[in-house]
Amino acid sequence: MSVTEMFSYIQGFLSADQDVREDIRKVVQILEQTAREILTVLQSVHQPSGFKEIPSKCAKARELFCTVRTQLADLKTKFPVEQYYRFHEHWRFVLQRLAFLAAFVVYLESETLVTREEVAQILGIEVVREKGFHLDVEDYLAGVLIMASELSRLAVNSVTAGDYTRPLRISNFINELDSGFRLLNLKNDPLRKRYDGLKYDVKKIEEVVYDLSIRGLAKESESGGDK
Amino acid sequence: MNRRDVEGSSRKNADSAQDRDASANLYSPVIAAFKVFQQELDTKHDKYERLVKISRDITIESKRTIFLLHRVTSVPDAEDVLNEAHIKLDGVRQKIGQIAEELRGEDIYQFHRAFTPGIQEYVEAVSFLHYICHRSLISLEEINANLVFMRAEKVVAKDAAEALPLGTQVLTFQVTPSDYLLGVADLTGELMRMCISSVGNGDIDTPFQLSQFLRQIHDGFSYIGNTGPYEVSKKLHTLRQSLGKVEDACYTLRVRGSEIPKHMLADVFSSRTTLIDPEEGVV
Repeated sequence: MSVTEMFSYIQGFLSADQDVREDIRKVVQILEQTAREILTVLQSVHQPSGFKEIPSKCAKARELFCTVRTQLADLKTKFPVEQYYRFHEHWRFVLQRLAFLAAFVVYLESETLVTREEVAQILGIEVVREKGFHLDVEDYLAGVLIMASELSRLAVNSVTAGDYTRPLRISNFINELDSGFRLLNLKNDPLRKRYDGLKYDVKKIEEVVYDLSIRGLAKESESGGDK
Repeated sequence: MNRRDVEGSSRKNADSAQDRDASANLYSPVIAAFKVFQQELDTKHDKYERLVKISRDITIESKRTIFLLHRVTSVPDAEDVLNEAHIKLDGVRQKIGQIAEELRGEDIYQFHRAFTPGIQEYVEAVSFLHYICHRSLISLEEINANLVFMRAEKVVAKDAAEALPLGTQVLTFQVTPSDYLLGVADLTGELMRMCISSVGNGDIDTPFQLSQFLRQIHDGFSYIGNTGPYEVSKKLHTLRQSLGKVEDACYTLRVRGSEIPKHMLADVFSSRTTLIDPEEGVV
């Protein structure tokens, strides 16, 4: 094979690769739009009026996740499934966002940590790589960490809205999450960087809990709840 | 009363964040889930580290092979050197076999970054050897054809009758086109050095052959331009410099070669190259 032939063969490969990337980018753009819509729906829980509407907001978000499922199904058709990691960078960001949104919805509904299986189910994708388009464990963890900072915000806003018990529950939850993350041996990668931010979320929530405790606000509502 | 006790204790936990440590919820679903994640991440990181290590070994061995091949121009009998290079590269291929082993059943792109430097260096070495032997560019297929490994150890004894035909497993390693491209780009630097040193040995034909070959590669890279990965455009710049040096060398040979006695060529030439680029040794 002559040098010219070799290079034109490689060039053919490279332009095919670019076409695939172009296709993926288009789908991912639409996916990002949907993710923003879900985020907007969920953001309203920070409003004082939004606290009563949490179930309805969650229901609405769940509806939008149907769109996400079809869009992800579309994305799956754009490239050979065994080359997931070759194009991973293109959807990594949006998948982390979606994992966060799914985790947030589940937390608002049941105040539990979403499992990786649940996220995969909500997004209509797989958990293990062998079965097809899947949720990478690092992306799932990154999504959970985004949720942690969202919850620290929620703790502050729930006090403003007059809900004094929620910060305590959030504090419990985040602390458990923190001890979970402390089990992981993270390398010096983006996930580690994000995890380093978790302690500030923990700190913020603890401050809120402290403020409530010294003013007897936490106690009051608790005993009120008991009666 | 019992119920109140339980409630009381959980409330106490809620009040003081410090008390509620890992010991309290050691068996909670969250902790259990994170233990699974810990294992998964550790397995992945371990595999990555192993691959990095193999890749470094491949890099070192390939570099040594390249140094060895540079001696071809100066020794009277090239055959020995070439044989030794073949043996060294066989060793490198064994290591690539280990990579293939590690990657069995994995998505090779997930760990691609761990071993890409080694593979590029291998492509450089193997294409350099191929050029010296055949004066042509090795193709991607030829490289990949050499990276087929047989693994016999996986035979299961209990149903030997059935396992025997399947006993030897074929493992292949595919060099990606971009790794190939980057390896070839590095090759041009070696060719430039070979050109300069062959002039030093009074060899007048090789520089001209080399400049032609380098020009072909350069044209190939210009054809690809910026469709390729980002690193390619960076290497294109170095390639241009190498080509410039080789072309200059050929120019000098043509202009002054007829005037100067052959035994003095080396002196004239080396003084000229140092004039052009004092940091030539760095490349």
